[in-house]
Amino acid sequence: MYRYDEFDERFVRERVAQFTDQVARRLDGSLTEDEFKPLRLKNGVYLQLHAYMLRIAVPYGTLNSQQLRQLALIGERYDRGYGHFTTRQNLQFNWPKLRDVPAILGLLADVEMHCIQTSGNCIRNVTADHFAGVAQDEIEDPRPTAELIRQWSSAHPEFSYLPRKFKIAVTGAEADRAVIKAHDIGLRLRRHPETHETCYEISVGGGLGRTPMIGKVVRDYLPKKDLLAYLEAIMRVYNLEGRRDNKYKARVKILVHEIGAEEFTRRVEAEFAQLDGPSINADPEEVARIAAYFAPPRYEVLPAVSNTLEAAKAANPAFARWVEVNTVPHKAPGYTALTISLKPIGQAPGDATSEQMRRVADLAERYSFDELRVTHAQNLVLPHVRQRDLYAIWQQLGEAGLATANVGLVTDIISCPGLDYCALATARSIPIAQAIQSRFADEARQREIGPLGIKISGCINACGHHHVGHIGILGLEKRGIESYQITLGGDATENAAIGEILGPGLAAEEVPDAIERIVSVYLAARSEGESFIDNVRRIGLAPFKAAFQETARAAA
Amino acid sequence: MAAQAKRVPLPAILLANDLLDGDVVFAFIDGSGPLAWTRDPALALVAADDAAAERLEAFAAAELRGNKVVDAYLVDVAIESGSPVPRHFRERFKTLGPSNRPDLGKQAGDGIASAPKG
Repeated sequence: MYRYDEFDERFVRERVAQFTDQVARRLDGSLTEDEFKPLRLKNGVYLQLHAYMLRIAVPYGTLNSQQLRQLALIGERYDRGYGHFTTRQNLQFNWPKLRDVPAILGLLADVEMHCIQTSGNCIRNVTADHFAGVAQDEIEDPRPTAELIRQWSSAHPEFSYLPRKFKIAVTGAEADRAVIKAHDIGLRLRRHPETHETCYEISVGGGLGRTPMIGKVVRDYLPKKDLLAYLEAIMRVYNLEGRRDNKYKARVKILVHEIGAEEFTRRVEAEFAQLDGPSINADPEEVARIAAYFAPPRYEVLPAVSNTLEAAKAANPAFARWVEVNTVPHKAPGYTALTISLKPIGQAPGDATSEQMRRVADLAERYSFDELRVTHAQNLVLPHVRQRDLYAIWQQLGEAGLATANVGLVTDIISCPGLDYCALATARSIPIAQAIQSRFADEARQREIGPLGIKISGCINACGHHHVGHIGILGLEKRGIESYQITLGGDATENAAIGEILGPGLAAEEVPDAIERIVSVYLAARSEGESFIDNVRRIGLAPFKAAFQETARAAA
Repeated sequence: MAAQAKRVPLPAILLANDLLDGDVVFAFIDGSGPLAWTRDPALALVAADDAAAERLEAFAAAELRGNKVVDAYLVDVAIESGSPVPRHFRERFKTLGPSNRPDLGKQAGDGIASAPKG
């Protein structure tokens, strides 16, 4: 993991001191709310429906045990004993008091964490593949790139007041687990077909919200050494030409869409050509220094398959199912990457109690080289687990209510906080997720259905990524009541796609039936081994629309 | 108070978030005293006519200037069992707490001495 240097440490401590003073001036009346609001947002403090909310950055979703324990402590001491992991790999506390925020920021600084640039029109927390460094399909660990961008973009004077917020995601693998095509900039590490050098494929202009767009590739093979200058060129074009007259049209996706990807690329390339690259790009020594922090841990030499694990699986079918669903192959023989589902049936997706955080921290320390990850799907990952330790981990997770075997299945629902917490939301999300989870609670049925991503947002801003859900659910207000619009065919992977609307909005209580009917169409029409999304692509939307309309008619 | 094109239909109550805690608070009158803030929505002063609504608006403006609260606005209500209940579901949630966590918020008695816990 990356460790703060003296500069990082000083920067974060100075920011804590600044914000402490700003809060004091707000409380003594020196600052009005209009003056204070941009300052608090720059430190991740929102005012939500019931209380303040504090958003804490988890760069590229990587944490160590000490950091997670500190989050648990903050949750217990200053919040309500829990935290919420978000689709941007961050953590949010829902109930902090403004007067306590300086103390919280101090506790975060103690463990090299902060809330800087988790809000505002700046480059936000850089996200990455949650299996970075361990996935078998990976070309290169994306985190050194993400860390380099974090350092470059933190308090960048030119890009601190952009037309709108700006989100960057990085993946180093064949499979996209970072939803890069739904980000303002998506970076994919790939090998040049002739030189075999590792380069960046760069997409720009993806994003969800009220105008969902899939990012367009502006460079197929950017040499790694040119990264920061090229990013600077993109940001400069956007900063100069992005709309500032209408916040709903201010994201870079609108600029790319309005002038076209070709013209946008031409402008970026022209800007890139006239930049003094060497003065902007990172010193190779610095890049190597950063990369060294992400070197693989000292794995034991182990057989590819653990006999201990196989025996435990044979003796315990429930454990075997959990292993099958929640683990993925690892680069190192005898190891696996384990996803801890934060989606127990009936719980709010992404919520973890302080006690659960401590339990996971203990497990990461003991079994995963003191490292864990937050996923954009609101789960946690222990990235370096010996196969032979899985049974012990499963037992301990079970004691903490964290052994749900549903990763990637119909109950592993991404859900924004919705109107239960968020001031921007127009409908609730969490109760819809809970109702669907309850409907599909049977584990055997979930496995029978197979991979199926349901994503729910409580407003058009799409924090729940509904546009790229295999089944997307968007909560809206319609004539004074909550109404839910269903989309189908979205995809958050390397085959990124925006879902299409199936029909008119439904009342909350009708949503589980609608999902049931959609799933029934799939189960009836699928061919051997065909996943839900592949089935939707093959048979088209018409059969699903017909089934959906039955739900709508029944409800009318 | 934030500029509003049009006042909400009456009857209405005034709610806001406490500056320090962020907790939702309601304008009320304690006995025969001046307007103040309570965390208990059942105690919220109900403005049934324009004069009463204007009084709440003036109080909101003064309290915003005085940095006591943020985000103060009038909410139209119905009277149910003698207590004001917001007509819109958003504001109803605001007076209760998260619907998925009945153990949190005003529905759990947060800051409301008389409310049942749990």
